[in-house]
Amino acid sequence: MKRSLAILLAFGLILSAVLTGCASDGKKEETGEDAPKHTETEPSYGGHLVYGMTQDLVSLDPHESTDAGTRSVVFNIYEGLVKPSSSGDLIAAVAEDYQIDQAGTEYVFTLREGIKFQNGQEVTLKDIEYSFNRYAEFSGENSAFVKSVKELSFPDEKTVRITLTNPDSEFLSELTFAIIPDGNDPNENPIGTGPYMVTEYKAGQYLDLSKNQYYWVEKEPYLDTVRFKFISDVNTAFTELQAGTIDVLNYLTTAQVEALKKSAGDEFRIVEGNMNLVHAMYLNNQAGPLSDVRVRQALCYAVDRDAINSFLFAGKSIIIGSHMTPQLPTWYEPAAASVYTYDVQKAKDLLEQAGYKDGFDLTITVPSAYSQHVDTAQIIADQLSLVGIRVTIKQVEWTVWLSDVYKGRDYEATVIGFDGKLNPSDWMAKYGTDAPKNMMNYSNAEYDELLEKALKAVDTEEKASYYKQMQMNLAENAASVYIEDPADFVAMNSQFDGYVFYPTTAWDVSKIYQISGK
Amino acid sequence: MQAIVKKLFSLILTVLVISFLTFIIFSIIPGNAALAKLGVDASPEQIAAMEEKLQLNDPVIIRYGRWLFGALRGDFGESLQYSGVTVGELLGSRLPVTMVLAGISFLLIVLLSVPVALFCVKFRDRLPDRILTVLGQVMMAVPAFFLGILITYIFGLLLRAFRPGAYEGLSLRYLFFPALSIAIPKIAMTVRFLKSSVRGELSQDYVRTARAHGASEDQVLKNHVLRNALIPVITFLALVIGEILAGSIVAEQVFSVPGLGRLLITSISARDYPVVQAIVMYITTVVVSLDFLVDLLYRLVDPRLRRGG
Repeated sequence: MKRSLAILLAFGLILSAVLTGCASDGKKEETGEDAPKHTETEPSYGGHLVYGMTQDLVSLDPHESTDAGTRSVVFNIYEGLVKPSSSGDLIAAVAEDYQIDQAGTEYVFTLREGIKFQNGQEVTLKDIEYSFNRYAEFSGENSAFVKSVKELSFPDEKTVRITLTNPDSEFLSELTFAIIPDGNDPNENPIGTGPYMVTEYKAGQYLDLSKNQYYWVEKEPYLDTVRFKFISDVNTAFTELQAGTIDVLNYLTTAQVEALKKSAGDEFRIVEGNMNLVHAMYLNNQAGPLSDVRVRQALCYAVDRDAINSFLFAGKSIIIGSHMTPQLPTWYEPAAASVYTYDVQKAKDLLEQAGYKDGFDLTITVPSAYSQHVDTAQIIADQLSLVGIRVTIKQVEWTVWLSDVYKGRDYEATVIGFDGKLNPSDWMAKYGTDAPKNMMNYSNAEYDELLEKALKAVDTEEKASYYKQMQMNLAENAASVYIEDPADFVAMNSQFDGYVFYPTTAWDVSKIYQISGK
Repeated sequence: MQAIVKKLFSLILTVLVISFLTFIIFSIIPGNAALAKLGVDASPEQIAAMEEKLQLNDPVIIRYGRWLFGALRGDFGESLQYSGVTVGELLGSRLPVTMVLAGISFLLIVLLSVPVALFCVKFRDRLPDRILTVLGQVMMAVPAFFLGILITYIFGLLLRAFRPGAYEGLSLRYLFFPALSIAIPKIAMTVRFLKSSVRGELSQDYVRTARAHGASEDQVLKNHVLRNALIPVITFLALVIGEILAGSIVAEQVFSVPGLGRLLITSISARDYPVVQAIVMYITTVVVSLDFLVDLLYRLVDPRLRRGG
């Protein structure tokens, strides 16, 4: 027995010698300084890029409602009359120009001169009509889109006119729906006007794209071919990045960023942005103690958001205090972030007032596949124990989370991130008392009233003031414990450059290029 | 003959029962394909429409009946998670990958475990045997995914013998490494089993007779003992094939190989029951048929069973 133990030890020693030997090898390569943040690089044309993604593509059908990962990818294939830009505005795409009348009920678009689909076929009004109807059908009879449109008409060969039943200045963001050829079924033959066209799709494996030679933006795209490769396991994806099998990977953890810098300093560039999510511990406002506003406020005081940020995101996230991302400055209310400060005593006082002097039991349900949410829940559990709240973390499969927490609203608290489109109602309407997506079971008369006013307002400034009041309302009533818009660390092989962050879900590969001479 | 027919009948029954059970279990667990597909951005209305489209609202029995009716005619339906892709297409591209992977693993197991076991028996209770015994125990205890990561790290990132994730079209060179990660724990198991089988044979009378005739230790092991010791091992290897299929689920995930195992995992989380059913059916059929074949083989080897049946 003793002898085998000795053998085991010897084996372990050899193994560790091998491993540490490698580690010191890596150190030699380290330059000591962080790579310069950004130096001007010269773009070249051509090249092939492999973009790694840990979320599977759900569908290539742009009109079907899908998850954020899928939308980020198909962003490169399809375009609407207008499309989001990286600065958060809507810019003309299939339409060359548009006008909205004073009242906000009539939207007139002029078709872009000579714009063609990826198959070379010119875009006509018939295609617009078909896409419009298809999108309406997919959205459903009771959707905001269908309800607000009164009429679609074509005054002449180049003009599209959409008349609304009620004035709605946010409606433009709905017109990002994809324009596809008349009679086309995107599941069988995906065609759009975007910078890249589909060449091959292997479900569950990869999506191959090639340059759209008819693309209307001059000098774009740069790369000849792009592959979006699906890798279900996050660690495997990271290994593939290190091995050079994939060139770009999003959502790196801080540990992974450190590891990359150590082992391969200048082989990769790390681009920092934000995930455009409202990362929060969402609360069921009707569950037991949480129905008391003082308890919810106590939670807000007891959670140290900065600690979460520095621990999980190296302090690069933006701390928020309500349900809006700072990436949309027009609608964002910065004051909401400072409604609560980390204050254990205040939390204890509030709990005592509410009759929970000795705390209570709280279950936080988190989707197990997302380590970011699980880790956050663990930190929160630790912090809440200081005010006497005993947290149980319940990890569930993503699909179970969707069915029990999101659809069934059968939970107390959960850590998750919500994304949204460019229109503020997409972010905030879910807190309306009767909103179908009101997972928080939030009900506040003042909020409902403000929401109604905000939706009706035509003037941007007036509209923004309502949305800002709504954000303060959510913060003051502690609808949930809002934490941050998490930092997004993207690693890209350093022979490429041009990664652009969007305030919406988009991985725009049309602006990525191979650096000249590399 | 009658026994064989009986066995064949129970084989079919097993497959049917398992298909029913998987179907039931899958309809009991929370969540469905429509939810998994649409995520948090869909309205309840859209979710309801998708449930309708995917025919998820019908009672389980009706859905099972529909599935069974199709399956009997070789039609496994359409995948729910990937719009417009049939289960046949999905499996068609994945099946060869897993079969080749399992084949290489099996070859590695057979080719490596026999010499290693003989080596151990030859040096029994001496240092080489002890080292290998400890090593074997370590290999059996290491979790499959960790072994996979270790192999990827050493052969993929350090030695650059293959490029992790760069798998294209049935590359044997690439598949060797995941196969190795599947085979290593199984080799350790087989060696252990073979060793005890050989040692059992060594105490038989015919061995003493062979030695008395002046045969060398090598000759005794190779010519006399091995053949007899292999019979129980054949049964064991048939069981190992089932284990290889289970092991490939993990290995395919770690090495990013587009085989059945990886498809099974993504399909379970997407609640894509037609795909899950088809894969489970495939695995069940393989395992049950192997059991059947081993049974037949036994009858050939051992005449007593033939008469008794």
